[in-house]
Amino acid sequence: MHGLINRTIQQFVCDTYGVPVWEDICARIGLEFTDFEAMLSYEKSYTSDLLTAMADVVGRPRASMMEDLGTYLVTAPGFDAARRLLRFGGVNFVDFLHSLDDLPDRVRLAVSDLYLPALELHSHADNRFSLRCMADISGYGHVMMGILRVMADDYGALAWLDHAGGSAGVETISISLVAADFAEGRHFDLGARAG
Amino acid sequence: MTTSPLLSPTVLDVLCPMHVVVDATGHVTHAGPTAQKLWPYAPLEGTRFLEVFCVKRPRAISNMHDLTHAADRKLHLEIRNAERTALKGILVPFDSAGGSIIVNLGFGISVIDGVRDYALTNADFAATDLAIEMLYLVEAKTAAMEASRRLNLRLQGARVAAEEQAYTDTLTGLKNRRALDTVLTRLLSTPSQFAVMHIDLDYFKAVNDTLGHAAGDHVLQLVARIMVEETRASDTVARVGGDEFTVVLPDVHSEKTLRRIGRRIIDRMEEPIPFQGEDCRISASIGTVWVRPENAATMEEVLADADLALYASKHAGRAQQTLYTPALRAAANRVQAPQEHKGQTG
Repeated sequence: MHGLINRTIQQFVCDTYGVPVWEDICARIGLEFTDFEAMLSYEKSYTSDLLTAMADVVGRPRASMMEDLGTYLVTAPGFDAARRLLRFGGVNFVDFLHSLDDLPDRVRLAVSDLYLPALELHSHADNRFSLRCMADISGYGHVMMGILRVMADDYGALAWLDHAGGSAGVETISISLVAADFAEGRHFDLGARAG
Repeated sequence: MTTSPLLSPTVLDVLCPMHVVVDATGHVTHAGPTAQKLWPYAPLEGTRFLEVFCVKRPRAISNMHDLTHAADRKLHLEIRNAERTALKGILVPFDSAGGSIIVNLGFGISVIDGVRDYALTNADFAATDLAIEMLYLVEAKTAAMEASRRLNLRLQGARVAAEEQAYTDTLTGLKNRRALDTVLTRLLSTPSQFAVMHIDLDYFKAVNDTLGHAAGDHVLQLVARIMVEETRASDTVARVGGDEFTVVLPDVHSEKTLRRIGRRIIDRMEEPIPFQGEDCRISASIGTVWVRPENAATMEEVLADADLALYASKHAGRAQQTLYTPALRAAANRVQAPQEHKGQTG
């Protein structure tokens, strides 16, 4: 699995629960190191092992921790670039939702060996959508929920999200857009650069 | 103006928002919304096209007549403002009867500066325009490159640390034989003036035998510190054997200096070294060779000369320094010659 993913989990755990918790997690899955390099590749099993150990060590439900991880990914200091790059996807929240199908390909344009799980947006009547997340990692849908909540806020949209469950590697999120321009949203300056 | 209803300005504004329509007299009659953003000073409509945009290539287009003859060719233009933003353009006749033309503009490679300078947003580009993807890519690739650069720096740091380790004697923290070879090779590669000191501890074996290896290690660490303290930062102190050390001193200009340094090292080593209630007593014998450009030699010769001087110190009763002279070598040869002869015949 790509180091960027494991590195993000590492930073999330260290910032949220402290370095000792992270060291505990690494020890529990038998790692002989505690620092993941963002630009190196690691064994595929590490990621799911880390996430399972994370819920065990911290003692919180996996679903809510996965959502926190998603929120962290687009709000934590040092992750401005991730949120900015997502904003390139669309001019408003609906436009953004429609860009999610392309997200794995967009990510691979930037980092050619980073494969993200496939996403499929389906539109229904009355501003309702469902997002199918096809991932080996259980709880990926919750990570996406965390990201979508932040991005809705970023675009100034009011959206209601619900994890509709799933099985066999497919999780579905229901999205209801209550108001597309509920708030001002965060200004997006195309010409600016993330620090 | 007789134009096809399909090519109305409203349609053009969507398909190519960075276009301008110019009439036969060279005046702009319509500007796409993004084209207008490039000239925020006044409405483009009514201004002369060539007063706002300068055609850089094809060269020498200075009037409307030249311009209309540049149809279907790629134009390189520049906005006549402080930013001198470079643009690409393509011109097509719009209304052949009336003589008006459409010039569609694009940023080309200057898109990143253009977006910043004119505060453009996603909505300023046609939905099919790759400008946004280009901006996304530049930003994403920059972030990825930065992450790779940080990794490279860390790897380089690790490599330097690993190399440093390999040049270091772990017990004493002094340089090792490999480091010594590197230093000597460098010094001998150019005509230079330096000295090599072989230092052999006296009575060290007795410390090891009577007080144990821990005491021995303690003594080695202490004498290492003494040698570092009694030499300059530019000197190299290496541990080359169990209780053998070599000091390389660049830029030595007199034998007097060498005698003084050797004396100080011996004096300090002779001070009793307390270890777990016992005093360890050692001394040192030193053989020193002063290398000058006029007596240039190979590394092997230099080290052999220093060895010879060291054995002279040992033979003379230890706890002293001997400076190598050619006479020492001559004397050694006289002693050795019959032995060699004997070896060959026997």
